[in-house]
Amino acid sequence: MIDLSINTKLATQILSNFIHSELTRVGFSRAVLGLSGGLDSALSCFLAARAMGPENVLAVRMPYRSSSQDSLDDAQRVIDATGVNSLTIPITEMVDPLIERFPDMDNMRKGNIMARARMVVLFDQSAAFNGLVVGTGNKTEILLGYTTIYGDSACAINPLGDLYKTQVRQLSHDLGVPQAVITKPPSADLWSGQTDEGELGFTYEEVDRLLFLLVDERYTPQECVEAGFSQAFVDEVVRKVQRNHFKRVMPPICKLNNRTIGYDFLYPRDWGT
Amino acid sequence: MKCKLALAQINTVLGNVQANLAKHLELVEQALAQGADLLVFPELSMTGYLLQDMVPQVAMRPNAQDAVFSKLLQASQKIDLVVGFVQEDERNRFYIASAYLSGGEVVHVHQKIYLPTYGLFDEGRFFAWGDSVRAFDTRFGRFGMLVCEDFWHASVPYLLWQDGADVLIFSSASPGRGLSDEPQVDSARWVDHINRAYASMFTTFVAHTNRVGHEDGLHFWGGAMVYDPNGDVLARAPQNEETLLFCEIDLNQLHRTRTRLPLLRDERTALVQRELSRILMQDRRPSGR
Repeated sequence: MIDLSINTKLATQILSNFIHSELTRVGFSRAVLGLSGGLDSALSCFLAARAMGPENVLAVRMPYRSSSQDSLDDAQRVIDATGVNSLTIPITEMVDPLIERFPDMDNMRKGNIMARARMVVLFDQSAAFNGLVVGTGNKTEILLGYTTIYGDSACAINPLGDLYKTQVRQLSHDLGVPQAVITKPPSADLWSGQTDEGELGFTYEEVDRLLFLLVDERYTPQECVEAGFSQAFVDEVVRKVQRNHFKRVMPPICKLNNRTIGYDFLYPRDWGT
Repeated sequence: MKCKLALAQINTVLGNVQANLAKHLELVEQALAQGADLLVFPELSMTGYLLQDMVPQVAMRPNAQDAVFSKLLQASQKIDLVVGFVQEDERNRFYIASAYLSGGEVVHVHQKIYLPTYGLFDEGRFFAWGDSVRAFDTRFGRFGMLVCEDFWHASVPYLLWQDGADVLIFSSASPGRGLSDEPQVDSARWVDHINRAYASMFTTFVAHTNRVGHEDGLHFWGGAMVYDPNGDVLARAPQNEETLLFCEIDLNQLHRTRTRLPLLRDERTALVQRELSRILMQDRRPSGR
């Protein structure tokens, strides 16, 4: 029996405390986040508002010219529901000059450029608003590598990184994220009709159950097949998790000296706080 | 005889001994104001938990010559204290340690025996393994002290029980893990179960305090509890928030429980020793170490 349901009251308490602790211990009292209109960023926004107070949170909408109006409207619903500060900074003028240089550029490259342009905007607002960037990546997408390195994955802290997408849904529901945001199909909104599940080729519901066995329960791939998942699906997911591991670690430093960052120069991020 | 316990379920400042000392002394005053006899702090309460390469910088020697420890000893003139710290021994080995202080003296120091070095834990990389477990006498009777992973191994509380400990003082810096639909994380539920079991099976008091707060992405869940020799919960702190939990224990309960349930009287220690010797003498190794 694979049960991914969580106690949302406890999760909310731990995650709000986490956001508050990690921001305030390094001298900040404010948070900045990108609000796409999707579920993950909506949940991060709700949690940040709860942890820091809505007046201390800045939500930034960063549409590209092809972004759907629905996304902007849904992001506005989240802003209205939480009462956080907001800004809308279109990225079209930032990214089009680069995209136009390469007429044959594919959607993946364009999507990565947009994600990184949004990162630039967010970290600039981080300095302007004097707040840290709160991440919005969930465990499913981090494991699958369904994210742009130095783009949407860039943040100061990430409250959602140990919650599978289906758990994000459950927590969002209990925290009062607008229903329209919860029920719409997850999408990076890079082109019309794009959906995560369409691109990935499987549903979050399915893959979360498999990842839970592989990662949390330490099943071997073969045991996952015996538990009822198809061999092809298991193989594909295992391959994705492994191939995208580079996105989850710092770039390796080549060890030359006796004490090297990452190997034997070991301090927690919260060193001295 | 009665003893009023104060269990400090606190956050700490990572690697900042002076800031943590100030907090300890502040809590001493709070505990005194409530008439407590013994104030118990969590594991590594003077330093924080996720120390890694900070270990040598925050290490102390538990004596009056140490500028920080002398302040704690001074405070112990007014109230008995259990504090958690990094101990550097005379040969420069670093231990996770807990000290029982009373009347300006160090009554006992326990060096953590079991250093979890698996999963999210890496203690064995940074610390030396303690190698003894001893009960000790206090003005309230005979106590035993253990630190976190020590009491995840049933043999250690058992040894303290046989060494005469009637009150077991457990301290932790236990990161929460295992979120499910239950109202507490798996690790919190597990610790509650085993501590209740020790109190019940050994007919002793068990008092446990754990840290709260975050270090990097780890959260410490707190959940300070006191169990009596019947295994009943005498006091329980809310989880995930700083609390000073007070609980008066009546040591005469030992007499009443053990009259009803003479598990200690009937314990076959010679049999345990004989069978354990036989098991260890055999070729096959029953455990890892």
